[in-house]
Amino acid sequence: MRARILLRQCLAAQPFWVTIAVLIICAAMSWLEPDSFPTRDNLFNITRNFAYIGIMALGMMAVIITGGIDLSVGSVMGLTGIICGLVLQAGYSWWLAVLAGLGAGALCGLVNGALVAYVGLPSFVVTLGMLAAARSFAVVLSENKMIYEFGPDGDIFTAIGGGEITGISNMVWLLLVLTLAFGFVFRFTRWGRHVYAVGGNEAAARLAGVAVNRIKLQAFMLCALTSAIAAIMVVGWQGSAINALGTGYELRVIASTVIGGANLMGGEGGAYAALIGATLIEVIRNSLLMAGIDSNWQGAFVGAFIVLAVLLERIRGRRAD
Amino acid sequence: MAVLELKAISKHFGAIEALSQVDFALEGGEIVGLMGDNGAGKSTLVKIMAGNFPPSNGQMLLDGRPVHFHRPVDARAAGIEVVYQDLALCNNLSAAANVFLAREKTRGFGPFRILDDRAMNERSRELFAELKSETLPAEKVRMMSGGQRQAVAIARTHLSRAKIVLMDEPTAAISVRQVAEVLDLLRRLREQGMAVVLISHRMPDVFGVADRIVVLRRGHKVADKPIGNSSPEEVTGLITGAIRAA
Repeated sequence: MRARILLRQCLAAQPFWVTIAVLIICAAMSWLEPDSFPTRDNLFNITRNFAYIGIMALGMMAVIITGGIDLSVGSVMGLTGIICGLVLQAGYSWWLAVLAGLGAGALCGLVNGALVAYVGLPSFVVTLGMLAAARSFAVVLSENKMIYEFGPDGDIFTAIGGGEITGISNMVWLLLVLTLAFGFVFRFTRWGRHVYAVGGNEAAARLAGVAVNRIKLQAFMLCALTSAIAAIMVVGWQGSAINALGTGYELRVIASTVIGGANLMGGEGGAYAALIGATLIEVIRNSLLMAGIDSNWQGAFVGAFIVLAVLLERIRGRRAD
Repeated sequence: MAVLELKAISKHFGAIEALSQVDFALEGGEIVGLMGDNGAGKSTLVKIMAGNFPPSNGQMLLDGRPVHFHRPVDARAAGIEVVYQDLALCNNLSAAANVFLAREKTRGFGPFRILDDRAMNERSRELFAELKSETLPAEKVRMMSGGQRQAVAIARTHLSRAKIVLMDEPTAAISVRQVAEVLDLLRRLREQGMAVVLISHRMPDVFGVADRIVVLRRGHKVADKPIGNSSPEEVTGLITGAIRAA
């Protein structure tokens, strides 16, 4: 009985089918392009390329489950990347750069979260404002220059983001660890339960005594923190900080969560959904490249996928009602 | 002695007098039907009892002692629970998760605590059994019938060992067949010694379960009598004003 319910839930869950899709595409590509797709280098690239999107998607997932949205993740990533670069350039140690990056991220999240949770503005508007403001700060702070002279601790910093352990990029390891951590928090803690409750029925959660405002604030801070983490890793990997870092990533990050099965109305989603959604997008992008299709088509595919995923959700939701 | 007693309660919103000099008493183990037209003051009275706002004048006694509620949490702590019309449930969570929302059971030690879903499901199963409701603790509320949703909302009040349950239009949004189920739930609460206030527009429901009926019109109490001494016709007259008082 219990096993049957579990199986039924699995078959009804979007992440399950997205996983199947990823496996099918990988199998097909390995068969069609045996010399280039299933190689160590290509798999290393694919996994690293979705790792930082996946990390941001985990934080985004927290916000989306509460029923909000954060459009500012790409700009926050750009700003925190520049701040890390400036701290390193000034000759300070790597951990101070990491702390400064995380601190700047947390501050952006605090502003977003406070305006949404306590002032009551729509998250769409608040984070759209932050999208513009954070990018502008990044340009101003960097004086519109690339930052690449990282000072004495630059090597350690680039080793964190660019290094690998047992042939897998550090960024991928970090994504796996964070996915497990977020999965645990969403599924097994009171905080996680309350995040779902806020997204499911905010008024009901408030009446029951859930600290709705605090949960929302924390979700936005968490989201901005994952953007900062992604920035730290990517700046380390690329060995330079540019103020354009993360431009347009909000689309890829939100697409990852939605394709993984998050509901933009709130209340549905999970950590694995963020990971597998990010995976599918990158696997498709890589496959298109290998198939010789112009990479500029990627936006069209991602856009179509978002709409398609939401449409599927709508159809499934109608059936459930 | 009355569990809850309201003496000469008035409430003004600016120049508007929503309630004036209303006396209202509630005994354990009784169901009181609270009726009145829209704007008669029913929800104002309920909101005062539920702690949404304090009365402008008058006194509220709980077990004979004066109480002052400033927030809904105060009323809940005193043993007064409200079951809202729209049921205030999270559709995306399980029945048990809703029953225990914001008072989840956890296990572990110190700050390292995780949800104890097994214990919450077990306790919810017991509560649903007490209510003789066939509601599965682990099932999502989205999948449930109106009657089952009511059982979940009422089980919430049971969990906190409430003494007084305020039901706001519990039968407004559900099918006729489920109404009987909900009225049974109310009878079960009465058997367990709770005091229930049933706010309803539906005459058959009130006359089906209530022991006493209180009618409000334009902020005044116009009737307060055992259900047996009244009739739907009289109550209709009282609500509309065709009968001035009874």
